[in-house]
Amino acid sequence: MIFVTIGTQIPFDRLIEILDRIAPELDEEIYAQALRGKYKPKHFKLIDFIEPDEFEKVFAQARLIVAHAGMGTILSALRNSKPLVIFPRIASIGEHRNEHQRATALMIKEKNYAYVATNEKELRELLHMDLRPLKKIGEFASESLVKSLKDFIDFNV
Amino acid sequence: MKRKVMAVASIGGHWIQLQRIARPLEEYYEMVYVSTRPKCAAMVEGKNYYLATDFSRSNAWKLIPAFFRQLNIIRKEKPDAIITTGAAPGLICVFAGWLLRRKTIWIDSIANVNHLSLSGRIAALFVSRVYTQWQHLATAKIHYSGDIFG
Repeated sequence: MIFVTIGTQIPFDRLIEILDRIAPELDEEIYAQALRGKYKPKHFKLIDFIEPDEFEKVFAQARLIVAHAGMGTILSALRNSKPLVIFPRIASIGEHRNEHQRATALMIKEKNYAYVATNEKELRELLHMDLRPLKKIGEFASESLVKSLKDFIDFNV
Repeated sequence: MKRKVMAVASIGGHWIQLQRIARPLEEYYEMVYVSTRPKCAAMVEGKNYYLATDFSRSNAWKLIPAFFRQLNIIRKEKPDAIITTGAAPGLICVFAGWLLRRKTIWIDSIANVNHLSLSGRIAALFVSRVYTQWQHLATAKIHYSGDIFG
């Protein structure tokens, strides 16, 4: 099962349309959490919002996560050691308020923590592959960062 | 008695990054949280939570009421230090904190790969310490000690 999640603030028609075109080529269920936009997919349903515990369950069951480049989703996928494909929203075509998703996607690509697709061709290629998770992370930030903060906060008090 | 640290961030990616930094600090400090949506309080149950006025460059005039609100929050809680991952509400908070002589720390977002954010560069003018989450952006003044991924 491929779990698609695009956040709860704004629809993401471009990605949903692309997935709808690719879906019949895949022999796999698509579970999509997405706000309804103008486009209604033919090959899978859209679910506006999933409660946190249901979200965790679906996440755990998924073979692969396809998501917008939201920090929360990325961190969840990496904590759960799931292969993740991120598809950044583009602000200039109204998909978000600013281009931070583009920046996040570049950053993730830089670190090689997840797969990144920016168009139908790239996404199709990735979805036809058997992707492995690229990175697993823990619950917290680097111990060295936390220690540095603690030392600085305690210093000279 | 534990020292008190105020952790501030706008909702979304900044807040999520802040959680990964502030949670491990809860072991050492009494943490107080500030963000821009009431629902964030549920994520830090048991801790004092304050709502900050949200604003950005597009409605920059809001920084004035935001500033006074932050001033009041800091005066009430009297934190020993204030940490923030941004964005603009975080900047206003550490500015208010600086005026009130608190220790202030700016942690630039992980998404800023090529250079420190504009808010980060402004914060660098007055905060006690600035962190970047990228080694190549570290300088004598901008510290790198790791990132939110761990």
